[in-house]
Amino acid sequence: MTEIPQTSVDVVPVDVPTLPVVDVRKGMFGGGQSGDTSGYGGVVRRVEFPAPAQRPFGSYFDDVADELNACLADDGLSFDDAVEAVVLQADEITFHVRPEHLLAFVTRLRDEPSLRFEICTGVSGVHYPQMAGREFHAVWHFLSITHNRRIRVEVSAPAEHPHVPSIVSIYPADDWHEREAFDMFGIVFDGHPGLTRILMPDDWVGFPQRKDYPLGGIPVEYKGATIPPPDQRRSYS
Amino acid sequence: MADVTYEEPYGDVLGEDSAADDIYAGAYDTTEGRVYTVTGADWDSVLAPPEGEKERVVVNMGPQHPSTHGVLRLILELEGETVTEARCGIGYLHTGIEKNLEYRTWTQAVAYVTRMDYLAPIANEAGYVYAVEKLLGIVDDVPERAQLVRIITLELNRIQSHLVCLATGGFEMGALTAMTNGFRDRELVLDLLEMITGLRMNHAFIRPGGVAQDIPEGGVAKIREVMRKLPNQLDGVPQLLVDNGIWKDRTSGVGYLDLAGCMALGITGPVLRAAGLPYDVRKAQPYFGYEKFDFDVPTADTCDVYGRFLVRLEEMNQSIRIVEQALDMLEPGPVMVADKKIAWPAQLSIGGDGMGNSLEHIRHIMGESMEALIHHFKIVTEGFHVPAGQVYSAIEAPRGELGVHIVSDGGTRPYRVHFRDPSFNNLQATAAMCEGGQVADVIGAVASIDPVMGGVDR
Repeated sequence: MTEIPQTSVDVVPVDVPTLPVVDVRKGMFGGGQSGDTSGYGGVVRRVEFPAPAQRPFGSYFDDVADELNACLADDGLSFDDAVEAVVLQADEITFHVRPEHLLAFVTRLRDEPSLRFEICTGVSGVHYPQMAGREFHAVWHFLSITHNRRIRVEVSAPAEHPHVPSIVSIYPADDWHEREAFDMFGIVFDGHPGLTRILMPDDWVGFPQRKDYPLGGIPVEYKGATIPPPDQRRSYS
Repeated sequence: MADVTYEEPYGDVLGEDSAADDIYAGAYDTTEGRVYTVTGADWDSVLAPPEGEKERVVVNMGPQHPSTHGVLRLILELEGETVTEARCGIGYLHTGIEKNLEYRTWTQAVAYVTRMDYLAPIANEAGYVYAVEKLLGIVDDVPERAQLVRIITLELNRIQSHLVCLATGGFEMGALTAMTNGFRDRELVLDLLEMITGLRMNHAFIRPGGVAQDIPEGGVAKIREVMRKLPNQLDGVPQLLVDNGIWKDRTSGVGYLDLAGCMALGITGPVLRAAGLPYDVRKAQPYFGYEKFDFDVPTADTCDVYGRFLVRLEEMNQSIRIVEQALDMLEPGPVMVADKKIAWPAQLSIGGDGMGNSLEHIRHIMGESMEALIHHFKIVTEGFHVPAGQVYSAIEAPRGELGVHIVSDGGTRPYRVHFRDPSFNNLQATAAMCEGGQVADVIGAVASIDPVMGGVDR
């Protein structure tokens, strides 16, 4: 077992909002440049992510949670210490795990016979500039071939200190996936054996998949009219 | 450096001082201009290892080497013919597709994802569309016929992808007939895909809610005919190679990766099945109705290139079985979900000038119904909304588990799409498979992973 790098992760305690608001949208159609001729301009809509779930979770999710609860106790942790929230959506379960307990959490996922998530199918970074204090999310998916189960584990980090623990010491398969998330989002995986860029050139400046990084592109001319590049075109709300 | 001497290739035509101009290349003037002759012979002075270190030879194979399947750069440290360290350099084909998707509608994205793993375009589309449908909650609403057409194209796609793997893999190890046979048979399958989708690759055929169009008239008979012909054709390569002593010597025990290694490195697909574990997403967590089909998951227990070769051969036969069963199950019906707020309004049809708009639909929106015209305009330009949240879909692509993680902010465009491409993940096994082996075996090992760089780099 490798040492859990407790000290290298600074955790800003944040209360989980009951409903994480992704966006607040006005109007019906998303256009803002021209006058409001539809009469729907005053409509305000809050877009929210699914709320944290309460037990029972259904399916095999309760078993996974119970088993995690039991085996985390061996580490001197309770389930609620390690997990901020559990979200259910589309028959899938997401554990929002506190970064300081991530390594203990995934070690149990791999080693506990009743859990036995043999395969980590990689990490996906997501950038939410609108979520103050938890702008960067690292989302891991785990597969248990033994029990034919899948779960998702999500960890967040603030923009000013985008560090989350690396799980490469537990799941070697995550090596390139974490390098990709670092390359594209600038999420630093503490404890990764060689966190370098993987898809972009080594000397690239910036992190291309952050929301504040422009897509790039040039306006297209057609018969005297100009069509703006894709990232400047009108988007519908 | 000063003591480097040159042997003038043309005697003393260069004159006394010419060699001093450039220590690596002697030069002389001709009527056509100055000509430099690269002389070399200076390796000792250039490549002497730093004091205290022994000499290392690092060879870059690729990114333009014909046996690296596109633009993969293998960085090999050699000791004689033995590979002591192997690393991959990737990213040469990175096109930013995931980022681009964030600026297109949910339906438009299909035309982008199909270009990721360009040997498995249908699988990319299927994985993406399955995720979108999960988030929309319409998985059970997709018509039966659409699901069957999806399965037919997915399995045809698997056959053609495996044929490329066997053809190029055989070619790289000197079995040229495997290549000519493989590409000949692949052409039959590509003709079918062209007939069904309109294109040989980059199909953009599977759309959220169904498929872009139905199988054309006479198509089912054509597929049946090819499926009857194909097993006989496919038999050529196994007859040539399965018991071929040279082929077995070249592949047995090469690129060894056992089950423990596969688990640690997250390997799925034929490489995992060649290590003896019959894991296939189509069986374990069926999608699109795969649970209704009778097929086997072939395995091998050799954990080497030869085993992966056998697994792929048998998988093609199983795919043929699935296609034949799907054809038997086909019933007339719609191929797009009934919900008009999601379904693409028009089916394409064949006209005098090839495939294009359905004239019936054009007549309806232009001549009969203003509302239908508005609806058509809105769904094409604006698209549809997908509920906020995230979802992960996994399908069995030809190279292993293709995972798609999608985040929606409730809008008409994806907020984030991430592809867990099997090639990307499996390529991590290169070092484990190659280190300690011969340089020549690196080629076989990489070919058996079957990486497609479009999928690796996205």
